[in-house]
Amino acid sequence: MSKSVYVGLDIGSSRTKVAVLDADRRLLGYAIKKSGTDFSATASICLDAALEMAKANRAAIANAVSTGYGRANVGFITTHSKTEIGCLANWCRYEIPGIITLIDIGGQDNKIVKLDKDGRRDSFKMNRKCAAGTGAFLEEMSTRLDLPLEDMDGLARASKEMVKLGSYCTVFSATEVLENIRNGRKVSDIVKGLFYSVIKRVLEMDLPTEKVVMTGGVVAHNAYIFDMAEEMLGRPVIRPEFPQLAGAMGAAVYAINEKGASDTPDPSQPNFEGELL
Amino acid sequence: MIEPTRPKTARKKIQAGELMNKVMSDHFYQVNEAATTGKQKVAWCTSVGPAELLRALGFAVHFPENHGALLGATRMATDLIPEANAIGYSPDICSYLTADIGAYLKGVTPLAKAYPGIQSVPKPDVLVYSTNQCRDVQDWFGWYSRELKVPSIGIKSPRNFNEVGAAPIEDVSRQIQALVPQLEAISGTKLDMDRLRETVALSRECTELWKQVLETAKAIPAPMTFFDGTIHMGPAVVLRGTRAAVDYYKVLLAELQQNVRDKAGAVEGEKVRLYWDGMPVWGRLRQHSEHFLELKANVVASTYCSSWIFQAFDEKNPFRSMAQAYLELFIVRSDDYKESYLKQMIDDFRIDGIIYHDAKTCPNNSNSRYGLPKRLESATGVPSLVLSGDLNDLRCISDEQTKTNIEAFIEQIVEGK
Repeated sequence: MSKSVYVGLDIGSSRTKVAVLDADRRLLGYAIKKSGTDFSATASICLDAALEMAKANRAAIANAVSTGYGRANVGFITTHSKTEIGCLANWCRYEIPGIITLIDIGGQDNKIVKLDKDGRRDSFKMNRKCAAGTGAFLEEMSTRLDLPLEDMDGLARASKEMVKLGSYCTVFSATEVLENIRNGRKVSDIVKGLFYSVIKRVLEMDLPTEKVVMTGGVVAHNAYIFDMAEEMLGRPVIRPEFPQLAGAMGAAVYAINEKGASDTPDPSQPNFEGELL
Repeated sequence: MIEPTRPKTARKKIQAGELMNKVMSDHFYQVNEAATTGKQKVAWCTSVGPAELLRALGFAVHFPENHGALLGATRMATDLIPEANAIGYSPDICSYLTADIGAYLKGVTPLAKAYPGIQSVPKPDVLVYSTNQCRDVQDWFGWYSRELKVPSIGIKSPRNFNEVGAAPIEDVSRQIQALVPQLEAISGTKLDMDRLRETVALSRECTELWKQVLETAKAIPAPMTFFDGTIHMGPAVVLRGTRAAVDYYKVLLAELQQNVRDKAGAVEGEKVRLYWDGMPVWGRLRQHSEHFLELKANVVASTYCSSWIFQAFDEKNPFRSMAQAYLELFIVRSDDYKESYLKQMIDDFRIDGIIYHDAKTCPNNSNSRYGLPKRLESATGVPSLVLSGDLNDLRCISDEQTKTNIEAFIEQIVEGK
């Protein structure tokens, strides 16, 4: 029998993230994969990969909580779900206690969550119904510029003279990008302008507190956005070790809190709601 | 902890609903008969226009905003709005207006589906508006006036009051009286002041009963939801000033009061009490209602349903009191007034959180745009959520974002309790 583990599954619009924690909230294993079109199958693959990294198996799962757009699609492992906003706040509450603003830039949306001194959610905001300030915006622009997504961070860093993009509409921004290409501007300067546009749109949503942490896939893969945010805010931004896993880890923390103290599960008796495969 | 599971039971059914359906059906058939037989002249009236005067002059009254809501609730609106956009009416203006004009251009109406024998909205003899809510109603009626060659007349209302003083009341009262000669000419009836007084008295009685109906939701658990309110306000909207509306609300009130005594809540296991500011999303009423039900949250009060409470009506002074009633409306008031009104509602209905619906095409019913939520949150400590959406244009809505926002908001309230 292995030690009990707690699982958080974040089924995002772009990526599925699974985190496996022990009862003391230590990260034992994780996996990240493109969500694709079969959320359940992707979550199952990620779950097994994360458990393997954690040197555990499904029988060791004491509790599991899901989150993200596909949170209702993982009934094979759990029917307990929380919103990604709740999970991000929950992660932050334990990892970085105190008054703080969490900025999450994900594939489909971005979120600003504020916590009070006791780690309670004070307020939250999501982006409005456009793609500005989200990963989807950068994905669309990388296609327009015929650039691999993973090259964008390096290009932005190489920029000497950023192009300013003024619009908060993806379609209008695309037009601005085309205009700049026509005017002979360097691709690296345009990419930096796109990064600037993303972080500016997000920071416009609310007034951040003194302490700020950034999470989400966009900052995980484009670390230069951290630098730009720090420059704009005029102060350091907390950079978590696994920015993309914050939601999944927050879900796992919910699983721990729901279940209480660690125990050793009986593999023949799943002790959480839902059925094992 | 709240678990979002599928609802095992639906929202508690209000038995009076069947009677309401009959009352509404009678209304639509009566106006249709007036228009098709010519027995009675037909006036179109904005929802808080001078309906009392029109009834007193014997008009059958059709309310295009009610028709707009029906287009939304039947999810016909989104396909019809582009018809109006194509003739130059922007997608950014009132989606009641664009849906209604679009329906006319396509020759369709939800009334024809719901009420066999009715083929179209009733053709008007006159269009009567008040701009107390917005300017869009005047433009809306202006289009029909040109299209149908009927006069469009109305009240150009002052707006944004803290207190409704004597001067604007005098102004609007004079404007209402100035309509009389033209309306008498169209109706062929001389205004009978006793009949006007009687109509105003019935409006007052209707409003008092509707107020009491809504106030039953002060009880914990509340016997009705905002979603019930949006349906059961039908008679208050289209039959203000009639005996039928008064009789209906007596029945509804008695049922809800009994449910309060029985502690029979509309939402089983009510845990969270919410306030809804702004327009409903007509095409998502059922979806939203079920979502709140799953989360054991009840939207117990709203600005929208409460906007059909007009306490100023006084049969002793019909014109002046009509003017006052039309000016005291929430939508006509300043943000300072709105803030104090919402504070009172939070206290009266023991509200845990406020949801502001920021309707893309209805700025005048979207109260989240000038800092009000933050100010109210600071003053009361009651959290708020702003939902981006629209009353009728479903192209402006992300269901998934709405769902996540509502769930996260209720999680926040529950975890903070």
